[in-house]
Amino acid sequence: MSVNARKSVYSYGYRRCADQDGAQPVRRPVVVVGAGPVGLATAIDLGLRAVPVVLIDDADRIGEGSRGICWSKRTLEILDRLGVGEKLVAQGVTWKIGKVFLGDDLVFTFDLLPEAGHKMPAFINLQQYYLEKALCDRVSDIDAVDLRWKNKLTGVEPRNDYVRLTIDTPDGPYTLDADWLIAADGARSSARDLLGLKFSGVTFEDKFLIADIRMDANIATERRFWFDPTFHTGQSALMHRQPDNVWRIDLQLGPDADVAQEQQPERVTARLKRMLGDRAFELEWISIYRFNCRRLDRFVHGRVVFVGDAAHQVSPFGARGANSGIQDAENLAWKLAAVLKGEAGASLIESYERERMQAADENIAHSTRSTDFIAPHTKAERNLRNAVLALAPQADFARRMINSGRLSVATVYDTPLSTPDADVFGGSARLGAPAPDMPVRGRDGAASHLLQNIPGEFTLVTMKNGAVPQLPAGVRHIAVGDDIADTDGLFAERFDATPGAAYLFRPDQHLTARWRHADAGKIAAARDRALGKST
Amino acid sequence: MSKLELKSRFDNPDAAYVALVEARRGLTEEQAAALDTRLALILANHIGDLDVLKEAIALAKVAK
Repeated sequence: MSVNARKSVYSYGYRRCADQDGAQPVRRPVVVVGAGPVGLATAIDLGLRAVPVVLIDDADRIGEGSRGICWSKRTLEILDRLGVGEKLVAQGVTWKIGKVFLGDDLVFTFDLLPEAGHKMPAFINLQQYYLEKALCDRVSDIDAVDLRWKNKLTGVEPRNDYVRLTIDTPDGPYTLDADWLIAADGARSSARDLLGLKFSGVTFEDKFLIADIRMDANIATERRFWFDPTFHTGQSALMHRQPDNVWRIDLQLGPDADVAQEQQPERVTARLKRMLGDRAFELEWISIYRFNCRRLDRFVHGRVVFVGDAAHQVSPFGARGANSGIQDAENLAWKLAAVLKGEAGASLIESYERERMQAADENIAHSTRSTDFIAPHTKAERNLRNAVLALAPQADFARRMINSGRLSVATVYDTPLSTPDADVFGGSARLGAPAPDMPVRGRDGAASHLLQNIPGEFTLVTMKNGAVPQLPAGVRHIAVGDDIADTDGLFAERFDATPGAAYLFRPDQHLTARWRHADAGKIAAARDRALGKST
Repeated sequence: MSKLELKSRFDNPDAAYVALVEARRGLTEEQAAALDTRLALILANHIGDLDVLKEAIALAKVAK
């Protein structure tokens, strides 16, 4: 269809590599299949940890489809650690306000980040192809990552301590052995099919029209959601701004919509004119979707680890798909690097499954609730939903029940890797959660944020109070009051930090242990525990 | 332990019943169902206790 001739597609070339010519299959520590946001993030994170990665993708270009647009604060923090966060924030449109309309009247407004002092915003909107392009550019800086386009996974044979892969290319197939295979190949994962694994969960009957349009419009940068608007009676509508004057419009069509008919540009244009009035617009992309909320029963199958949509799928309400996938990537990367370097046993990978399955279940629960509210399954369920909407203008409790999508926030891991608190702490920092961010100042007087000071490795942050406890190998230390200054007093506030208090962060910046007073034994034990060495 | 109160709490139970009857008088079955749904939401919020709500739902489901 001519509508879907998007111009911003980036093409990459196939190149033959030496692995295709070996007499015996070459063995690699890690092969990642799927060069989408999740596969790219996994490969970059591993590459920055000096783990050699082969990243394969069956295509040779990026930019097709109506894909992810909303990138959450935690995702941006991860991308910042990977070296592309600032670029993407500059390129994207920043937003934090969501508005919900009933009919044509505003009933509810939410603000996603009322707390000040974080480096990254609550959300940016940015076309997925720009994010993929930035990650591909980043890959080219990292020698440890070997990105191979037009390499299609066609065979997966699990062996005892490796996986034998068959990969098809324009020059024919070759065999490659991998100590670990990371399946980041999306909702229609080949790796999943080749291993005969199935999803369990719910498919929603309602169909949704997703349109990306170009429109020069002076509309505020906020998420707008309508229940039963006059321009689209009886259904819901969602509108999001993207860069380049591109807007994402999402119109619910109900379960009986005719997919072929609803994709005809004239019909889509007529629907959008009812919504947008006299504003001129051009169609850039049209798709019709039905949504799924489902996951694999296990994410780790021997030496094959599933991440992102290959492991779990959600509806788009809440921006929990690509965001949770990138959070899978960061959870897995440091653990796999530790295993490959002999710092941890292979059992550490089980904690990836435990922690990210908890996240997947949270995301699926939220996304299912939102989709149930937006697209009730039966008339009886719709009547209840409509009763909530009818009460909303008068009653706060009903406004709080309106669910147009609860937006992605980082999961607080309930994990055996954390050392349970022996001391009482207040503040917004939570054990098992990413560190809350705040402005700090370095020794040289340069302004930065906390998260930039705890990147990528185990880091102990102490509140200055005389002697520094002896640190185990592989743990960095920074002292608040020496190495960084708590310029706005927000570290003390958010971590409930008193002199001598100590906080141990994992390589993924999650708080894993904290003490009012630490000693070398406690720190070493907490670090071992976070590496899965004891429970 | 049950938190749902099943002993009568109205001074005048007949008057409470009449108030509910009068609310639906003159309504079609569909209008009455919509009214009941809104009432359920309003009263559930007033109670504000998920355990009580779940017990009430369980009781309503078994009663015939």
